[in-house]
Amino acid sequence: MRKLFDFHGGIHPPENKHQSLSEPIRPAGIPRELVLPLSQHTGAAAAPVVRPGEQVLKGQLLAAASSLVSAPVHAPTSGTVSAIEERPVPHPSGLSAPCIVLECDGEDRWVELPAPPADYRELEIPALLERIRDAGIAGMGGAGFPTAVKLTSGTHHHIDTLIINGPECEPYITADDSLMRERAADILEGVAVLRHILRPREVLIGLEDNKPEAIEALRHAIGDQPVEVVVFPTKYPSGGEKQLIEILTGRQVPSGGLPADIGIVCQNVGTAVAVRDAVVHGRPLISRITTVTGEAVARPGNFEVLLGTPMHYLLEQAGWDPTRSGRLVMGGPMMGFTVPHPEAPVIKTSNCLLVPTEKELPSPPPAQACIRCGLCAEACPASLLPQQLFWFARGKESEKLEQHNLFDCIECGACAWVCPSHIPLVQYYRAAKADIIQQRRDHEKAEHSRLRFEARQARLEREEAEREAKRAARKQAAEKRAQAAAAEGGEDPIQAAIARAQAKKAAQQQAPEASPEEKAAAARQAAQAKLAKMQKRLADARAAGEEDKIVTALEASVKKLEEKLASLEEPTA
Amino acid sequence: MAEFIAQQPLLAALLALAGLGLPFGALLGYAAVRFRTEGNPIVDQINGILPQTQCGQCGYPGCRPYAEAIAAGEAEINQCPPGGEAGIQALADLLDVEPLPLDAEHGEESERKVAYIREDECIGCTKCVQACPVDAILGAAKQMHTVIASECTGCDLCVEPCPVDCIDMLPAATGLGAWHWELPQLASRNVEIIATDANPKQAAA
Ligand code: SF4
Ligand code: SF4
Ligand code: SF4
Ligand code: SF4
Repeated sequence: MRKLFDFHGGIHPPENKHQSLSEPIRPAGIPRELVLPLSQHTGAAAAPVVRPGEQVLKGQLLAAASSLVSAPVHAPTSGTVSAIEERPVPHPSGLSAPCIVLECDGEDRWVELPAPPADYRELEIPALLERIRDAGIAGMGGAGFPTAVKLTSGTHHHIDTLIINGPECEPYITADDSLMRERAADILEGVAVLRHILRPREVLIGLEDNKPEAIEALRHAIGDQPVEVVVFPTKYPSGGEKQLIEILTGRQVPSGGLPADIGIVCQNVGTAVAVRDAVVHGRPLISRITTVTGEAVARPGNFEVLLGTPMHYLLEQAGWDPTRSGRLVMGGPMMGFTVPHPEAPVIKTSNCLLVPTEKELPSPPPAQACIRCGLCAEACPASLLPQQLFWFARGKESEKLEQHNLFDCIECGACAWVCPSHIPLVQYYRAAKADIIQQRRDHEKAEHSRLRFEARQARLEREEAEREAKRAARKQAAEKRAQAAAAEGGEDPIQAAIARAQAKKAAQQQAPEASPEEKAAAARQAAQAKLAKMQKRLADARAAGEEDKIVTALEASVKKLEEKLASLEEPTA
Repeated sequence: MAEFIAQQPLLAALLALAGLGLPFGALLGYAAVRFRTEGNPIVDQINGILPQTQCGQCGYPGCRPYAEAIAAGEAEINQCPPGGEAGIQALADLLDVEPLPLDAEHGEESERKVAYIREDECIGCTKCVQACPVDAILGAAKQMHTVIASECTGCDLCVEPCPVDCIDMLPAATGLGAWHWELPQLASRNVEIIATDANPKQAAA
């Protein structure tokens, strides 16, 4: 029996897991329409590669990974892309985000998949990682970090322990539990792939002792593989990555560090199955197991649901009574969030839909003053001081928050759960974290702008200096030429230029004093030209049958010009 | 030696002090030259807090001149609207003075904007390029111009010079990427750290 460790704090909320475990996993079926958000994972949104109106087959690529930390999206069934537009997505903000909308044709025809390798062990590790990346797998436990990225960083470290995360500590959720009960062999196939990629010294599957069936199934499926199932007492939040590592190995992940830093990689059981589908069968991630539970559904249970299935469709499969449910929660009662729109889709990270009645999960009562009881600090699995953090968060003291390791908070909600004053502590931490991240971003941006501004100032100064230098150089060259010319005894070119300019000016001034005859001749010419033009206009006007008034006016002008011309010609005549 | 000290205690003390003072003085003098800090560190620190929008709303031609004015005691710390309350707080912390409310004369704190050129209306006059303090506008004479949104600080300086008024200032980021959790609202905002630390307004009511 291996030695188990314990993590600090933790709580024992009512489990409420049996409701959704009475039936085996059910297929949820194909809804009329699927809505696939481009961003179902942590990182950059995927970039669509299909256009509205296009026919697609099941498993076809709809949107490709757009950067290193990103994941592609595939068609969960065959049909027509009806739109790429903003739709409500499951997100605490209740906002909309770009989604690919797929009109299902109900035929569920597969695209021709690239043939899976006869034996994946013969593939190079990078090729395997490529397959996992192309399958669009993102951590299915809730955080949604692209699995290929996590594994790649794992291959850069020396990994001695691979941990498969199976405690599923949060109340109500049984998606992983049912997966372990019913598909233990698939999980182990996936674990074998992960083992092949990471080559750890040991592989541990961590489970809480409240899942005897799952433990039995896993032990049975393991056979003689070098994988160990480790069972430990139930306590929330043992499924937290850092907590699970501490329970199983006694080692602590350093603050701000990653498990890979201490030679450990954690993967969720659902992710292991997705990896197996991708590598052994060449299938992309297009469906997942989701728990539907709460007193507002008549037949709670676990469903195998296509990604993009609208939540209300899935809830209806379980006999949802919308009049009874207070709210719709994605995730569990501790770490989940309320989804305002039931038409939002199920995504890669939707492990549970919870529709409790108001009686089952009442709205939190108004918060009272903190009585400094210290229960929150006792419950905190990250060994933080929640009441202290609460104080600083209210005062927006970012520096103190960071000093008190706010970023080690896993937002498990244990502190708020034990708080006798019902202070929504986690909300304060989430807001404070967002605030600090925003500040950091602003600061980076400001620094960047400052550099650009200074670069521009420097450039302007340089340009000015260059112009100044050119001017000085020209002046110097001219002076030199002048001196050289003077030395040769010739005339000074500057003086010569000045003289030339003066001569020109003088000539111009003299020009107007041309002889009176010339002047008169110029005036005559001008008058003649004018007269000719006016006569032509008169002729045109007559030909075009213009109004009398205009014709008379033109006649008068012609007459005047004739008189003027005559007076000019007189003196010479 | 001992004899000299016994006979002339005052002189001996003076000599001893002088003997200590000279080498240390020389050492300090050398250190002052050797480890001289380049530039003015307090100005750099103030400048590091200012948002570098370079908009000139503070009444100075850019953030650095304003930082210099603050350091010289010529300007208050509440003249930068883009920095807002958070910026004033940070300046107050740095300079160890009381934070002041933002001086309305210089403008109001508003959400961050980014310039957007309506490209089919742009006549390619390059006036905005010359106005932009961070070289965020791309374009050549008689060619359509465009703003590199990631470089734009939203300073507004390019809007005025445009002869055909084709530059709009739009909110910088909207949608999911810009959303984040807010501190809990209303009822729960009345939480006091300890029970006796009651809100004076509530106590009066
Ligand atoms: S939410 Fe954060 S502070 Fe509260 S108990 Fe969990 S880890 Fe600790
Ligand atoms: S549990 Fe609640 S009341 Fe007790 S110290 Fe923590 S925040 Fe204060
Ligand atoms: S108002 Fe603020 S952002 Fe604008 S130039 Fe002055 S210091 Fe910089
Ligand atoms: S593009 Fe306009 S608003 Fe943006 S930084 Fe340049 S001048 Fe300022």
